[in-house]
Amino acid sequence: MGKTIAEKILSNHANLSLKALDVAVCDVDFCYSQDGTSTLVIDSFNAFNEGQNKNPFPKYHMVIDHSAPSPSQSISRVHDKMRKFCKQYNLVCHDIGEGVCHEVIANQADVLPGQLICGADSHTCTLGAFGAFATGMGSTDIALILSSGGKNWFKVPESIKINLHNKLPKGVYAKDLVLYIAGMLKADGCTYKCLEYHGKGVNTLSMDARFTVSNMSVEVGAKAGIFMPDDITFEWLNKRERLNKHFTKSEFKDCYPDSDATYWKEIDIDLEKIVPQIAKPHRVDNTCEVTKVLGTKIDQVFIGTCTNGRLEDLRIASKILENQKVNAETRLIIAPASKDIYIKAIKEGIINILVRAGGCVITPGCGPCVGTHSGVPAKGENVLSTANRNFKGRMGNPDSYIYLASPATAAYSSIKGKISDPREIYK
Amino acid sequence: MEFEGKAHKFGDYINTDYIISGRYKFGITDPLELSKHIMEDIRPGFYDEIEQSDFIVAGRDFGCGSSREQAPLVIKTAGISAVIAKSFARIFYRNCINLGVFVIECNTDRIGQGDKLILDIDNNKLKNKTKDIEIPINFIPELVKKFLLVEGVIKYYKRNKGLRL
Repeated sequence: MGKTIAEKILSNHANLSLKALDVAVCDVDFCYSQDGTSTLVIDSFNAFNEGQNKNPFPKYHMVIDHSAPSPSQSISRVHDKMRKFCKQYNLVCHDIGEGVCHEVIANQADVLPGQLICGADSHTCTLGAFGAFATGMGSTDIALILSSGGKNWFKVPESIKINLHNKLPKGVYAKDLVLYIAGMLKADGCTYKCLEYHGKGVNTLSMDARFTVSNMSVEVGAKAGIFMPDDITFEWLNKRERLNKHFTKSEFKDCYPDSDATYWKEIDIDLEKIVPQIAKPHRVDNTCEVTKVLGTKIDQVFIGTCTNGRLEDLRIASKILENQKVNAETRLIIAPASKDIYIKAIKEGIINILVRAGGCVITPGCGPCVGTHSGVPAKGENVLSTANRNFKGRMGNPDSYIYLASPATAAYSSIKGKISDPREIYK
Repeated sequence: MEFEGKAHKFGDYINTDYIISGRYKFGITDPLELSKHIMEDIRPGFYDEIEQSDFIVAGRDFGCGSSREQAPLVIKTAGISAVIAKSFARIFYRNCINLGVFVIECNTDRIGQGDKLILDIDNNKLKNKTKDIEIPINFIPELVKKFLLVEGVIKYYKRNKGLRL
């Protein structure tokens, strides 16, 4: 019987022929953690390692992104502990301003299609965009990988095949697609499942778009969300400046599912029929069409995060904000997802446009998404964000209201000061 | 192994941001200090209501969202003996068994706020003493039980001198 991509990648890493629901110990190719999870990784590693003095598994990076630069003494202690651990064991620590861990790791670490990647952050599934089996775990699970020479146990997930047809219309983006999926499948619709994206519609999605879609797999409970590597993937892989390696499709034969693989469920989505979506407070799957909430006053707009802080996202926002002004009663905050994206956005003139329009550009990283700094909303305020979560209190104030949408919807709404449909621009 | 305590009832989709807010989990590293903020955004004062060995009882998809291990850590530190829910999110479930927090799946509709419960792990039984009924619980997978009975994966790994399943 044929294998899904999840069954294939996990089998390859266990040296066993595994099928869905099997449990096995697998060799992990790469792992990472960020400043919200690293202290517990260090504590657990020290507990595993007590009295042994072993070095941790070396294919491990730390990224300081969630509260960077540090807003307080206590968080400075966390960052200090991370830097010292990396120094002690000669590990890479991507420090403040480098960017959000998923974007930084995808572009700067030796990560490839077909690999098994684990991160102490739920949005590690972002790396499924280039064909890796990437999944989020807790800190102790990462510490176990560090202590065992790169091993952990895995239950092989059943897969859901999502067939994408046609092409997204003008003014509609990958974020609208993934919010539509979240609304359809609900927060626990894919618990412990792997999402596999198939169909000709995949060819119409750029790498940045695929990262957006894979990123939010966990919002429907999925363990991973995978796009099979194609020409677009290889073009992206070969452009990763810091790695300077050339890859071809023939090197990744094991990254494709068998034609007779068994899926738990198959879903067909006509991209042409998707319209701009928005997630209303306080749940990601509480979605509706943007047109249903037009006119809702917005106090703060945030464009950034591991979901939508990439170059294409900033480009879309800048095209909308060119020669425009952010509404006098609305604040616009922009956080490029990485330093590399920031530099490219400066070169392209994107940052110039965004700042002239009234936007406030902050350090590459998670920005105000997790509520520790750089844009905590006031009581009663509405925020329109391009992030992936809108839980009550997520941005640091439980008395504020977070809406999630695409960078286009966010940028256009920032001009109007209220929720607006970006398709109006193209009318 | 048996636990006895009262039920603290929550609804569906309790995410890890609700269990412990991001605005605390980054800066506070002392588990006891951190646990005082448990469920603060949705039930202020919850920490003071917990007595040693009580249960959190919830609906669907408990623990969805972020991978923060601080979520099961504050549950454990606050004195909760087990989380009983209709279903759990994947990362939270793994984090619980890694830390030795019992996670029990069952239909929780017949458990009310404050009900006295007895959880018998050895015999896979849950009794609602207040309502005098027995509630069937889902089978706990053997691997999960192995981790839980030695209080988590670190002790399991040390006892077995490696990751032997």
